[in-house]
Amino acid sequence: MTESVAASGLASLAWLLLALPAFGAAVLLLAGKRADKWGHLLGCATIIAAFAYGVALFFTTLGQGPEERTSELHLFDWIPVGALNVEFGLRIDPLSLTFVLLITGVGSLIHIYSIGYMAHEDGRRKFFAYLNLFVSAMLLLVLGNGFVTLYFGWEGVGLASYLLIGWYQYKPEAATAAKKAFLMNRVGDLGLAIAIFIMFKELGTTQYTDVFARVDELSSGSILAITLLLLLGACGKSGQFPLQAWLPDAMAGPTPVSALIHAATMVTAGVYLIARSHPLYDLSPDGRLVVMIIGAVTLLIGCLIGMAYDDFKKVLAYSTVSQIGYMILAVGLGPVGYALGILHLLAHGFFKAGLFLGAGSVMHGMNDEGDIRRMGGLAKYMPITFATWGLGYLALIGIPPFSGFFSKDAIIAAAFGEPGWRGYVFGGVALLGAALTAFYMTRLLLLVFLGKARWKDLKTADGKDYHPHESPLSMTIPMIVLAVGSVGIGWFLESGDRLAGWLEPSLGPLEETHGVIDHTTVAILSVGLSLVGVAIAFLLFGRKPQPVERPLRVSFPVRAARADLYGNALNEALFARPGTWLSRALVFVDNKGVDGLVNGTAALLGGSSGRLRRLQTGFVRSYALSMLLGAICVLGALLMVRFS
Amino acid sequence: MTPTYYLLLSALLFSLGAVGVLVRRNAIVVFMCVELMLNAVNLTLVTFSRMHGELDGQVMGFFVMVVAAAEVVVGLTIIMSIFRTRRSASVDDSNLLKY
Repeated sequence: MTESVAASGLASLAWLLLALPAFGAAVLLLAGKRADKWGHLLGCATIIAAFAYGVALFFTTLGQGPEERTSELHLFDWIPVGALNVEFGLRIDPLSLTFVLLITGVGSLIHIYSIGYMAHEDGRRKFFAYLNLFVSAMLLLVLGNGFVTLYFGWEGVGLASYLLIGWYQYKPEAATAAKKAFLMNRVGDLGLAIAIFIMFKELGTTQYTDVFARVDELSSGSILAITLLLLLGACGKSGQFPLQAWLPDAMAGPTPVSALIHAATMVTAGVYLIARSHPLYDLSPDGRLVVMIIGAVTLLIGCLIGMAYDDFKKVLAYSTVSQIGYMILAVGLGPVGYALGILHLLAHGFFKAGLFLGAGSVMHGMNDEGDIRRMGGLAKYMPITFATWGLGYLALIGIPPFSGFFSKDAIIAAAFGEPGWRGYVFGGVALLGAALTAFYMTRLLLLVFLGKARWKDLKTADGKDYHPHESPLSMTIPMIVLAVGSVGIGWFLESGDRLAGWLEPSLGPLEETHGVIDHTTVAILSVGLSLVGVAIAFLLFGRKPQPVERPLRVSFPVRAARADLYGNALNEALFARPGTWLSRALVFVDNKGVDGLVNGTAALLGGSSGRLRRLQTGFVRSYALSMLLGAICVLGALLMVRFS
Repeated sequence: MTPTYYLLLSALLFSLGAVGVLVRRNAIVVFMCVELMLNAVNLTLVTFSRMHGELDGQVMGFFVMVVAAAEVVVGLTIIMSIFRTRRSASVDDSNLLKY
């Protein structure tokens, strides 16, 4: 980690990046219905302005030497309490700038797309307000110069994600999905919070610069604890095993949200977190091994479930889960992989956002139909959508020279570079994942765009005919831009280690790997396996017409995959049910035990005093008698003491 | 001199007074019985004073008399005012102050 300098020049205005979208969100939310006419334009304008500023800042930074590229902008002391001084500042370095460009760039495109996509919706202004809020929080997440600032942004994007998943709040599944996303993210956030607590307890600081400079003072136990807890946070936010179940459900939100938040940016925050904390992970091979295992398991799970689903967006969601698994696997590889994880993240941000926007365009033209079995042959009716989606598809399955080939193969090759059995296991899993990815994506392509037009004999849910049509320009232009990005960005960033060199001040140099299988063989193998996946999909789905109704008599693996590989059932059985039992038992103990003790004491005292007070008869003579008896008792006691 | 007779008389008077307080209802009579008990105690005090040839007991007796006189004033006033409002001097009728 290179030393940082105080931000000067253009970088001293970096607070604008946060302020512009936040300003947009505030205006749109406070102005109310008056802003309905121009709200979406303001929403786009703030993001585009932030993107323009980000580009300017990027080129300024690029003009400086690698040592001067890391700067910090101190804004104010946020929490100055005793030994804890949490500074609110921004860290402008290659890593954060990369994310700024991705977030504002893809964010701008998706904002523009939303103008067309949400045109028929009530409350489009509020939608743009939430999107702006999300961008602001996401920029805070990546720009913050300490773990607490990151946590602030982390919770901010969680809130925006919750609001946007639950956009169609009148639909029970959307409301449930929003709640599910929020709750499952809490599990991960707990890990992140505890990791920050440990840092504060051990080091007394939570600023990146101080924590990473003094990382040697930590015992290996606390480093392992911090790395695993940060990983838990990353799993929650990035939909990794075992917290992956919320991400597919989150597709209940509008499609631009799925593209921006649940494919390109927010869900990659976990990868950012691990890459940013790389000085900690560098010191903990065990922690990194767990990261790799989580990544490998998740990428397989995502592929397997994605093969069985019939919902357009959910297949893409599981594809996202699996691709983020690749990124997590890459950053788990350590210094050989951090930059590769970011590379795949950028490439994925482009092509997956494009794929989602294409899915949105298809659903927009198909009366919001999401079931791919009710589609087919749409290429003729939506040529632009088909072309852009097809380019994204080629990028995702890693056909050269599209971007996924460069980013994914680099990760597979690096995974084979691990010593011993690990190289074979992780490399093999990553290769298998590439073949499965090609299979389920080809299945999507065949069922949606090619083959027989099955929708011709069907009616929509409200009883009309389907009239598939191409989407308006405001939707197709972002798709075209993203498609161009998915074609070229992988090669551009990978060739000559451009991205790795740029990220070196933040992530350290990218180390070479000398794996059990060399790079060329890996490339041939992965492309070959992808083609095998494509071929199998063609044999299964391309030659004969597919049934419109989902086949119910299927083999066990398909049934398991349709049930999310029992991920929900597992969470339900392992956490939800015991939690319910525990709370019921505690309520019982509280009602019967604690309350019983308190109420019993009160009842005992009340009852006994009610009886004892009957002694107060009001007859003076009986009082006199008791006084006499008392006097006799005292006298008797005195005499007994005297004469015994 | 033998103090025995004086002490026996004193005990007799005290017991008479105590029984009177316990069994009589009329407030005036109860009051007189209380006086009887006080004066029985006075007799004991004086007897022992005489026996030991010291004046302490007699001084104490005077104190008791003074206090008893003051108490008679207050007590009779209370009995009078109760009698005026309730037309009764029975101690059993004044039993409102209870549970």
